[in-house]
Amino acid sequence: MSESLLAHTAAPAGAAAPWVALVGNPNCGKTALFNALTGSRQHVANYPGVTVERKVGRSMTPGGRELRLIDLPGTYALRARSPDEAVTRDVVLGRLKGEVAPDLLLLVADATNLRPALRLALELKDAGRPILLALNMMDIARHRGFRIDLDRLSRELGVAVVESVAVRRQGTDALLARLDGMLADLPPPGPVTWQEGAAGNVRAAQREADRILAACVAAPADPSSGTRRIDAVLLHPVLGLIILLAVLFLMFQAVFAWATPAMDAIDAGFSALGGLTDAMLPESGALGLLRSFIHDGLIGGVGSVLVFLPQILVLFLFILLLEDFGYMARAAFLMDRIMGGAGLHGRSFIPLLSSFACAIPGIMATRVIDSRHDRLATILVAPLMTCSARIPVYTLIIAAFVPNRPVGEGALAWVNLQGLVMFGLYAAGIASALLVSFVIKKVLWRQHATEPFMLQLPDYKLPSARNLAIGLWQRALVFMRRAGTTILSMMVLIWFLSSVPRPPEGATEPAIEYSFAAMIGRAVEPVLSPVGFNWQISMALIPGMAAREVAVASLGTVYSVAGGEDDSAGLGQALAGKWSLATALAFLAWYVFAPQCAATLGVIRRETGSRRWMLVSFGYMLALAYLAAFATYQIAVLLGAG
Amino acid sequence: MNPASHIPGQAADLGALPVGFQGRIRAIRVDGPGGPLPGPELERRLLELGFTEGAPVEILHQGLFRDPIAVRVAGSTVALRRREARAVIVEPA
Repeated sequence: MSESLLAHTAAPAGAAAPWVALVGNPNCGKTALFNALTGSRQHVANYPGVTVERKVGRSMTPGGRELRLIDLPGTYALRARSPDEAVTRDVVLGRLKGEVAPDLLLLVADATNLRPALRLALELKDAGRPILLALNMMDIARHRGFRIDLDRLSRELGVAVVESVAVRRQGTDALLARLDGMLADLPPPGPVTWQEGAAGNVRAAQREADRILAACVAAPADPSSGTRRIDAVLLHPVLGLIILLAVLFLMFQAVFAWATPAMDAIDAGFSALGGLTDAMLPESGALGLLRSFIHDGLIGGVGSVLVFLPQILVLFLFILLLEDFGYMARAAFLMDRIMGGAGLHGRSFIPLLSSFACAIPGIMATRVIDSRHDRLATILVAPLMTCSARIPVYTLIIAAFVPNRPVGEGALAWVNLQGLVMFGLYAAGIASALLVSFVIKKVLWRQHATEPFMLQLPDYKLPSARNLAIGLWQRALVFMRRAGTTILSMMVLIWFLSSVPRPPEGATEPAIEYSFAAMIGRAVEPVLSPVGFNWQISMALIPGMAAREVAVASLGTVYSVAGGEDDSAGLGQALAGKWSLATALAFLAWYVFAPQCAATLGVIRRETGSRRWMLVSFGYMLALAYLAAFATYQIAVLLGAG
Repeated sequence: MNPASHIPGQAADLGALPVGFQGRIRAIRVDGPGGPLPGPELERRLLELGFTEGAPVEILHQGLFRDPIAVRVAGSTVALRRREARAVIVEPA
């Protein structure tokens, strides 16, 4: 099935299955309906050149007709304010290059909130395509006391209308049967008469929609009373924030606690696989190089990325659950004021917070931010949040160089100096992220002012297990596809630099000292010596690109510490003997900012759809890292810590 | 398009009102000192989110420092900042 999906754009006309485009307001249950219609027969990619997700799938009507469905980004109107909405407009109007014009528009409406959908329906009529209006969540609407006259609605609007319940079995049968009938007798496409309207046109369309609504729908007095009662607690100015913090606390506990066993298992699995290669291939000679490539390059490279998969899945489980429930918009509401001070949108909050676990899911989670500039700003600062891979680096250096004693006496006696430094490093990450976003949004992108915070707070509803499963599966696929291509190729490059050329026969030094990494380390030493780095540190930064904590292992190798990465106490002692305090502090400052993670750069490239933003992130973080390490080192030397 | 002179004395802008306010939208007026959006764009967005003349509104919630606000408008709930809400001229029910 998937190979036929991959070939969808190239399918010949005539014989090909008809295209049905799903259009609708945000939060109307459109994606749930798409999932119900296609099941697992869907494929997610990006539209060429933009960061908008392209979701297509297949379905079969009861009459045996095959359908191709495309799930378009949610919108309130065809005029586009964001790249997502531009895709919706262009696909609907048959204008998007490389995309076949849809044969039928399936307008999905939340039956409990028809008002914005009816205006969109009136607008869609100008696209010249047949329209089927699906009143989704019809079960909830009935339960709340809505009475909708479908026949009258269809007559007044001039489009076909059908009921659907995406989350229930057989809830889409009537819809599919209706599609079957309409597709059997498709009229030739009419002219596209749509034009972008001014405010007056929106007003007139809404007035007409309101007239139809009044004629066809009997609404209960307060249809959202349940949501209102929940919001009285969850949106309470103080209590709401406390609950948000509690939810986040639980989320991070889960990310670390639930993911750890799976991560250990993946780690062990890849170690075993590496051990297997070692047993099959000799250590020296040309086959030794192959062994090193397979063990350290391929297995090590893939393993060091896949090990993040459990954390990503747990994090996205929470994100999808909260999104489905309707809480994410509320979290944005609660945090908007605080994020706004740094020029960020309320919706940036969850992605930035996720970046404390790992910047990769954090950057992937920025998709909820509509405005391109707000999203880019969030992506650029997300890697500054202290991710879990920095923890081994921080703890090693702190344990070796910072005395384990109270900061002071009396009231300060309970504050431990090591803990204080650790806290300072986290605080430095947060402060710099907010500062950088402030500079980006309020200085560099002043002309692209922050999008005003205006968003619908959907009614709460129970999440559906199928939507969660499909959503998680897609996140996992996106990540693994990336791990298998861009990220793996970077890992192989890093392996190459750290392992080639091979040490000569009878070499006494660790192998890495003969590699390109060592040559680069020595070459850049003059540049890095003002920040207090010797050539060994400069060299360790290269394998450290694979994952930050690998730098620790590399330092262990180069300082010939028995036990390597597993013996961090031994390494700490070795470092304490060889580095000055100033160097150690500069190293910490470097790691607060440095773009030391190839996987993150790969995800930035993917999510922004361009190499440019990857290079921008790399460049600005490198510059900040250098400046911070330079200032730290020079000040520390002046204070006598050199 | 709806000059201030047409608005009777009891009308107020939604951005200045407390939680619990209930009323009806009289006009969308985007000529005041606005936020980042140009007036016509703000007007269209407010209209698209349901802020049309005659629609019933109620302020349901507000953030820690009074901002943003959550507004019930004609069957849906919309969150926005008070700065943008200033363009919505309302009269009490």
